[in-house]
Amino acid sequence: MAHLTPTPVLEPGQDKTMILNMGPQHPSTHGVLRVLLEIDGETVVRMMPDIGFLHTGIEKTCEAKFYQQVVPLTDRIDYLCPMTNNLCYVLAVEKLLGLEIPPRAQWIRVMMNELTRINSHLVWLGTHAMDIGAMTVFLYCFREREDILRLFEAISGQRMMTSYFRIGGIALEPPLGFFDRLRKFADKFPSRVDEYEGLLTGNPIWKMRTQGVAKISAEDAIALGASGPTLRGSGVDIDLRRDAPYTGYENFKFKVPLGKNGDVFDRYMCRVAELRESIGMVKQALDGLPSGPVKANAPKVVLPDREKMKTEMESLIYHFKIITEGFQVPEGEVYQAIESPRGEMGYYVVSDGSSKPYRVHMRSACLANMQTLPTMCEGRLIADVVAAIGSIDIVLGEIDR
Amino acid sequence: MALAPAVTDLEQLKGHPAVARLLAWNPKAVEGVNFDRDEMTIYVERSAIREACALLRDDSNCPFNYLSDVTCVDWYPSEPRFHVVYHLFSIPKKERVRLKVKLNGDAPALESVTSVWPGANYFEREVFDLFGIRFNGHPYLRRLLMPENWEGHPLRKDYPVEGYR
Repeated sequence: MAHLTPTPVLEPGQDKTMILNMGPQHPSTHGVLRVLLEIDGETVVRMMPDIGFLHTGIEKTCEAKFYQQVVPLTDRIDYLCPMTNNLCYVLAVEKLLGLEIPPRAQWIRVMMNELTRINSHLVWLGTHAMDIGAMTVFLYCFREREDILRLFEAISGQRMMTSYFRIGGIALEPPLGFFDRLRKFADKFPSRVDEYEGLLTGNPIWKMRTQGVAKISAEDAIALGASGPTLRGSGVDIDLRRDAPYTGYENFKFKVPLGKNGDVFDRYMCRVAELRESIGMVKQALDGLPSGPVKANAPKVVLPDREKMKTEMESLIYHFKIITEGFQVPEGEVYQAIESPRGEMGYYVVSDGSSKPYRVHMRSACLANMQTLPTMCEGRLIADVVAAIGSIDIVLGEIDR
Repeated sequence: MALAPAVTDLEQLKGHPAVARLLAWNPKAVEGVNFDRDEMTIYVERSAIREACALLRDDSNCPFNYLSDVTCVDWYPSEPRFHVVYHLFSIPKKERVRLKVKLNGDAPALESVTSVWPGANYFEREVFDLFGIRFNGHPYLRRLLMPENWEGHPLRKDYPVEGYR
């Protein structure tokens, strides 16, 4: 285990080595990650990630807001998969409250959550390929991502910061024609994945840059707390959607793609296979979508419909009370973990019985995944560092919070 | 769906693999248990936390081999003020358990679990950074998110939301 504990400080002026500072403004560090490299020629001897440049104190802010006011904050943590974060937070609060969610809302949640996963994986694939030098893939990926963002806009009014999932259900019934648009997208998407794969999977340059690069064993990945495709790329069969189902995932059929070698290529193959699985789940959700309400029957927690608020006295009172003083949540604590595109996203919410959360902690998948970087990169070339950072798919907003 | 009341009776919860393992090892290490909303919490004695984690990780029956998370809750002004929280997950058995250690407000410190899971490194640094809790035996206990020269620990409850002006 000792080999996994990073050597602490990088002392400059060691014999034959020098310190190279990569980032925080380096284009391949995906935001504001700073990496300190001790290099001997072109070989990385030691590596130390330095984070915190995007720290905004969201956890502290949450403690000063009502429960329902935290939902828009969770979008901002991970701006590539806003709905996953919404989902994780609302599930945690619903568990604290003991709320039952109607099936239609659950199915729409799964549908949108998988669409978000595709959105996030597309940005990852595009930027990862561009880091390694394949520009075309980036433009193709963003073409499809644009379609998804338009769908997000149609359903929630926002392209990126959707805040679509609410405590007790979803914000609104999707607009007329939305499901047709989504089905059109779902029908054409698998052929688009073929297109990306045609550009990359068999490409000898891509293979040389990724196969056998930045390897990590299953034991090391578990010990370092890696999750998601970073862990599955090393062959560990774990997916929380299947193993600890939430919001109705038990009704869906999907495979969990696994890698074998734990290198950049296997992580790439895992995510590309996930693209296909996710679009399959979107189709399943479209086919089997139950009818019924999209909000739980809990007037003290869920905002009333706009129409009812204008015509019914009681709804108006509830609306006023929820907006002005929030709703009380029974004392207790909950750790809700879900499978985000990057791995295990966990929300630990503690309630002291008031209308504001006593503590909200976000377990960031990226933060743990990033700890695998030194193990992956030490002893390899600087160019491989770029491939390794891309392959663990980090979002610095989620790491720094 | 009405919430079931929390179970805190140790006798009733002895059957849980993690509780059973810790009781078989050292009954004094278990300060209390709580089963609420389908989640198991074990309060572990402060000095026993590292060994307790190592035991649970290597348990042959139900190995909690994955450390999901380490965090902390500040219950200021009551004492013991800090509750350090560990979320463990068993990849083979898909079970979760939460370990908690209570710490007093004056010079809070406990043993690091980085020797059990190297992945605890960043989580513990984050708790040190935002709560000011020292982890003895941590290889590199420096601030993680805040600047090196920052004063105070922002997630403590006596730290104002808008910061010191």
